[in-house]
Amino acid sequence: MSKVLMKGNEAFAEAAIRAGCKCYFGYPITPQNEIPEYMSHELPKAGGAFLQAESELAAVNMAFGAAASGGRVFISTSSPGLALMQEGLGFICSAECPVVVLNVSRGGPGVGGIQPGQADYIQVTRGGYNGDAKIPVLAPAGIQECVDLIYEAFDIADKYRNPVLIFADGMMGQMMEPVELPPARGITPPEKINETKPWAITGTAQHPGRNVVYSLRLEPDVLEKHVEHLFEKYDAAAKELVRYKSMNLDEAEIVFVAFGTMSRLCAEAIELLDAQGIKAGLIRPISLWPYPDAAFDEIGPKCKVVISTELNMGQMLTDVKAAVAGRWPVGLINRTGGIVPSSLEIVERAKKLLEGVK
Amino acid sequence: MKQKMFFAGSGGQGTLAIGQMIAKAAMDEGKEVTWLPSYGPEMRGGTANCTVVVSDKPIACPLINEADLLVVMNLPSLLKFESLVAPGGLLIINSSLVPEKAKRDDIRVRYVPANDDAMALGNDKAANMVMLGAIIRETGIVEPDTVREEIRHMFSGRKEKFLPMNLSAFDLYLNK
Repeated sequence: MSKVLMKGNEAFAEAAIRAGCKCYFGYPITPQNEIPEYMSHELPKAGGAFLQAESELAAVNMAFGAAASGGRVFISTSSPGLALMQEGLGFICSAECPVVVLNVSRGGPGVGGIQPGQADYIQVTRGGYNGDAKIPVLAPAGIQECVDLIYEAFDIADKYRNPVLIFADGMMGQMMEPVELPPARGITPPEKINETKPWAITGTAQHPGRNVVYSLRLEPDVLEKHVEHLFEKYDAAAKELVRYKSMNLDEAEIVFVAFGTMSRLCAEAIELLDAQGIKAGLIRPISLWPYPDAAFDEIGPKCKVVISTELNMGQMLTDVKAAVAGRWPVGLINRTGGIVPSSLEIVERAKKLLEGVK
Repeated sequence: MKQKMFFAGSGGQGTLAIGQMIAKAAMDEGKEVTWLPSYGPEMRGGTANCTVVVSDKPIACPLINEADLLVVMNLPSLLKFESLVAPGGLLIINSSLVPEKAKRDDIRVRYVPANDDAMALGNDKAANMVMLGAIIRETGIVEPDTVREEIRHMFSGRKEKFLPMNLSAFDLYLNK
């Protein structure tokens, strides 16, 4: 298939349509506004429904309802919008409904700014919802990978009956890259939904007796059993969804750990360091939950320092330190507020950190 | 081969479109490309710029530390971005709207009166197509025919009446 040059946000929306998205609910927020715009004219053509909600709270709860009836549901937002959706995401986890959520993140806290950021790391990996729940988080580094992950995320969400979150950023949403779009799967017709989702509320004409999708469990022993059931799923997801890419770990003195946009800057910094005779490598987590601890076991004997490289104040450090488990010193290179450092800045700061541990 | 390009102007000048046309043409010629715009609470008359990288190999980073080619469509862009040009790199200035000369002497500089040229052809709005043709002539980054194909695609349907004008604007410097 031939490649097309597409703006990230439009490609992400098209990926959801091709994955068989039946319903999209959204509320405008920069830098992802092209997604609801694209969905508003393209999703109805594919047989789906677009609805502009009155707020992010409304959007996430519309997604809850639509997912309970078995259709494939996609919602997108940016950082402060995701904060508003957190309550609903917890309800959706509890009620075991599949929803794909895309966060095209920006700087925070609060309304913050609209330039790219990764300061939602803790928000997406730990959640802002109450209770014992987890949401798999996949972080692409470019438009093609984001398209492929969104497409696949619908299957993951269906399999685990849980939300799946794609963590992109404003730069990815706004830029253009060549992309090969996946084939259109079509929308599952209502009368076929219960074949793969027997739990979905499609009406008693479709399933014997009542189907009930709910979050309230007043009996503690019932609730405990339910949470244990959720965690059987999360334990399986923690094994099955670990994803990462690595480069030059055998020879590296410096090992960067970076996801998304920052991993691309690190890849260039590695080339620049190599030209100066310093070997550096990269661990790029794709799954942020589950975190790819196993990647750190591939770090070679020459490693002097592991550097978490992030567009926030060091939110991933906890996970990096846990994965490093005391084997190497851990440093941080970061910018925040919507500023993306140059690869030259990363090189200079990495050299200083390397000097510091020698 | 890796070419790092930066295009700067004001909103409404079609500066981002110049970058997009080059990126699209390079992709169609089998190259790897990235196109990264500035974005913000911007409007017609505000600043608009984009970074384009074209390479034979996969592009790690869509951001650049220096530009092999800088195109400035207005004066504020020259003042702000002249330092971005790599030594030996090329700076193309829209001299219709930029009354000043470049300050650097370690780079190649071309002056293209894109708005005046476009006006002479009948429409000031085609200044970006004049500039696009001049860029292709100076850099050879993509084949003129690939770009002509993009222009035909861009001005199809109800925009077709603008096609001849934009094609002749594009061809102006390629035929010189």
